[in-house]
Amino acid sequence: MSGRAQPLVVGAGPAGIRAAQALVAAGLRPLVVDEAPACGGQIYRQRLVPDGRSAEALYGSEAGKAQALHRDFAALTGHIDYWPQALLWNLRDGEADIAVAGENRRVAYDGLILATGATDRILPIPGWTLPGVFTLGGSQVALKAQGCAIGSRVVFAGTGPLLYLVAWQYMKAGVEVAAVLDAAPFSAKFAMLRGLKLFPAIVLRGMRFVAELKLRGVALHSGVEGLRIEGSREVSGVAWRSGGREHRLACDGVGYGLALRSETQAADLAGCAFRFDQRDRAWLPQRDAAGRTSVPRVYLAGDGAGIFGADAAERAGERAALALCEDRRLPVSLERAARLERELARIDRFRDVLEAAFPFPAHWAGAIAGDTLLCRCEEISAGEARDAIGRYDIVELNRLKAVSRVGMGRCQGRICGGAAAELLATETGQGIEDVGRLRSQAPLKPVPLVLQPAARDRETAA
Amino acid sequence: MPLLHRITRKDHAPIAFTLDGRACEGRAGDTLLTAILSHAGAVRQSEFSGKPRAGFCQMGACQDCWVTLAGGERLRACTTPLAAGMSIVTQAGRAS
Amino acid sequence: MSQRLDVDVAIIGGGLVGSSAALALRGMGLSVALLDKGFCGAQASGVNYGGVRRQGRPRAQLPLSQRAHAVWPRLSSRIGIDGEFTRSGHLKLARGEAAMAALEAYAAIVADHDLGIELIGHNDLRERFPWIDGDVVGASLCAGDGHANPRLVSAGFASAARRAGAHVLENTPVTGATRNGTGFALEAGEGVAIRAGALINSAGAWAGPFAASFGEPVPVSRIYPSMVVTEPLAPIMTVNTGMEGGGIYARQVERGNCVVGGERGLPLPDADFSRPTGDGALAIMNRAAELFPAMRHAQAIRFWTGTEAAMPDSNPVIGPSSTTPGLFHAFGFTGAGFQIAPGVGEVLAELVRDGATSTPIEAFSIGRFADRATMPAAISDRTADGSGAARPPEPEHRGDLS
Repeated sequence: MSGRAQPLVVGAGPAGIRAAQALVAAGLRPLVVDEAPACGGQIYRQRLVPDGRSAEALYGSEAGKAQALHRDFAALTGHIDYWPQALLWNLRDGEADIAVAGENRRVAYDGLILATGATDRILPIPGWTLPGVFTLGGSQVALKAQGCAIGSRVVFAGTGPLLYLVAWQYMKAGVEVAAVLDAAPFSAKFAMLRGLKLFPAIVLRGMRFVAELKLRGVALHSGVEGLRIEGSREVSGVAWRSGGREHRLACDGVGYGLALRSETQAADLAGCAFRFDQRDRAWLPQRDAAGRTSVPRVYLAGDGAGIFGADAAERAGERAALALCEDRRLPVSLERAARLERELARIDRFRDVLEAAFPFPAHWAGAIAGDTLLCRCEEISAGEARDAIGRYDIVELNRLKAVSRVGMGRCQGRICGGAAAELLATETGQGIEDVGRLRSQAPLKPVPLVLQPAARDRETAA
Repeated sequence: MPLLHRITRKDHAPIAFTLDGRACEGRAGDTLLTAILSHAGAVRQSEFSGKPRAGFCQMGACQDCWVTLAGGERLRACTTPLAAGMSIVTQAGRAS
Repeated sequence: MSQRLDVDVAIIGGGLVGSSAALALRGMGLSVALLDKGFCGAQASGVNYGGVRRQGRPRAQLPLSQRAHAVWPRLSSRIGIDGEFTRSGHLKLARGEAAMAALEAYAAIVADHDLGIELIGHNDLRERFPWIDGDVVGASLCAGDGHANPRLVSAGFASAARRAGAHVLENTPVTGATRNGTGFALEAGEGVAIRAGALINSAGAWAGPFAASFGEPVPVSRIYPSMVVTEPLAPIMTVNTGMEGGGIYARQVERGNCVVGGERGLPLPDADFSRPTGDGALAIMNRAAELFPAMRHAQAIRFWTGTEAAMPDSNPVIGPSSTTPGLFHAFGFTGAGFQIAPGVGEVLAELVRDGATSTPIEAFSIGRFADRATMPAAISDRTADGSGAARPPEPEHRGDLS
């Protein structure tokens, strides 16, 4: 290999796309790797084949942004190396192991931009593992990328802006939405008024979703407590308490989520320092306003470093690429960098508004019933986890994992880690920031046992 | 009972596959998860409790939707496109 | 926050050795302070492969190993949990005639130790263990050996010691240990002061400096055994397997995951922590799929490494200090500490109370490192098992001898 190694961009969602674009504009040729077959991340996820729906039908008000991103990434062909359906599963000291088509490619990189995005955040509720229950994000992917509804009569539950967006998208697609159940108290919504002076269009759009849902006769409930999903082999209904009484509804699909959680595993492997973020109520890799981390030449952009949304991801991706260029002593527009940071700061303030309007119901964690599964991969119930805490005097999360198996399954704690921390904190009377965080380890996702070193790696190694 | 209901691609090219020995059809553009759940109510049985599972996140994070093909191959259904001739076994569980 | 403790015995290192000693000492009515710089059992005790085996150990370790052997089936009554101990048998495979000859030689050498070793030829092996493939010519089976869950067992002993009344101080690193009259004075954590009549150094990979501070430096180095874990699989492996000459060892837990070891990880900048190497992991994964074809479709979902202490002759240091009465050492198990540790704990308790133990431990005397000229070379009557024996351990602490 001659010259310097390539910069590596992990993720081809809005952050990764803008990062790659800015690197190319600066004369660099990055390697972009992404697990999906096409760019766009989750929010702007593309269908596998055309299906006759317009961009507006798929992406609503954000259709223009989605199309621009897809188009701009396509325009990078020939200027970047791009590996779709590629899994980065290990990182160390400037080398990455990436599994593509059953073989392992070891790449050296010089400059690493992690744009790993986010997934839904949940707290376990009774029945959450039943067939027919999907996350809010999953419900949206089913509709957007696969043109399917998760049921014929669907309930959406949890909280967060995605709750109303997905419910509205299903309604517009002609699916019967039986109810929208929001854990946030109704009064929390008044916080959105503060958002009017920051991003009025977003706030008004949200209000329109609610109004149209109401007009369609969808039952909207706030301050939902005691949420449980009913059914024996698949979803048959939901039950909850709100407005001072018990409710029950029949349904055959549930979309559930409590906003999003960042995918931080690659940052952990890269050696980034973490800090506890009160707003996200999660440990996040430290980043400065430009996206630099505690590790030289490692940068973060997008929801993988804290939940800021797609618009922020585009800006953060570009800003991180500029930081990488700055650090390589390449000329960079300071004005552009400053502008991006100003826009990101504005979005940051808006995120405070959203968190106030859709507060995470942390108090649900203490009430998780003993027979509700905490870890769905290993099928460990909340009761079993509590028993382990008592039996082994556990005060720390990795320790809880070691003795109870929570977080040891295929998802390696992605789904249950946050909830396990909440449960541990509640059981031991500690603050959520004092129980530790699950340490990431290779492989970042399951890899085939028979993964072979790529032929070209075998050659160069010889 | 099918868990996923098609809104689009109902008339796209059919793709033949086998589900627990039963001949089924998916549509061009399906992931394996969509194809299975448009016919059935589960993609696998939990190896511990035997209870049915049908995925959760649809985006390759939760790892709940791993399926086994008749030849033993393992695939994550939500991120794998359906291919003609796939023979999926959902009753695989822990049976030896 | 200052704390002052006066105890009969202070134990530095709350791994399986220290925790089992603490429990045994409490059973004798002695007061105990058990200290660990982190959580008890988080180091070698909790991150080893989980093999519970006597087979393959040097002769000198066998009396101790047999003593420990009696503890494992009784874990429930001892510590309240069975630690997932399974008496599956340990099957050591031979890939070639030379390896088979080595297994035969070992079986002969230890014939008087009652291990019940059975040598198995090629045809018998194919019939009884059809799930093993590759060019394996034969094997040695020790039916009474097995495996257990290191995370549960180590944490379990520490919790049992705590319930039995030991003062268990976790996240409390010992910063100083000195002789004080006829006893010892320890400083630890934030203002913790301990006075103890006797002291046990079971600090594993961190034991070297403590030994050195009492005038008996020893060449402790670190190894980082690295494991691969598969997703839960249908039952395949009916025994805990190893390979004569090293290279791979594998077992299947009751829940179905297969644990495969045989490679070494590398230390991170902080040498207390380590990372599996991508190459090492891939190598062991492919080797496992070759040897156990039923695993070939499995997904690997987890790797782990941990820090273990190694001695140059692969035998631990166990026994009284050569310089300081009342001080006892037990560390350096070189990747073979798990099975033997509960026995070591009982022996340490006897040494503290009686000044002697019924189990022969002279071969593990710290004195063997006192004179560099007579430092023992690698012992030849043992077979190098498991963890990549061909690769030299990364030297970490060599005391005054380096």
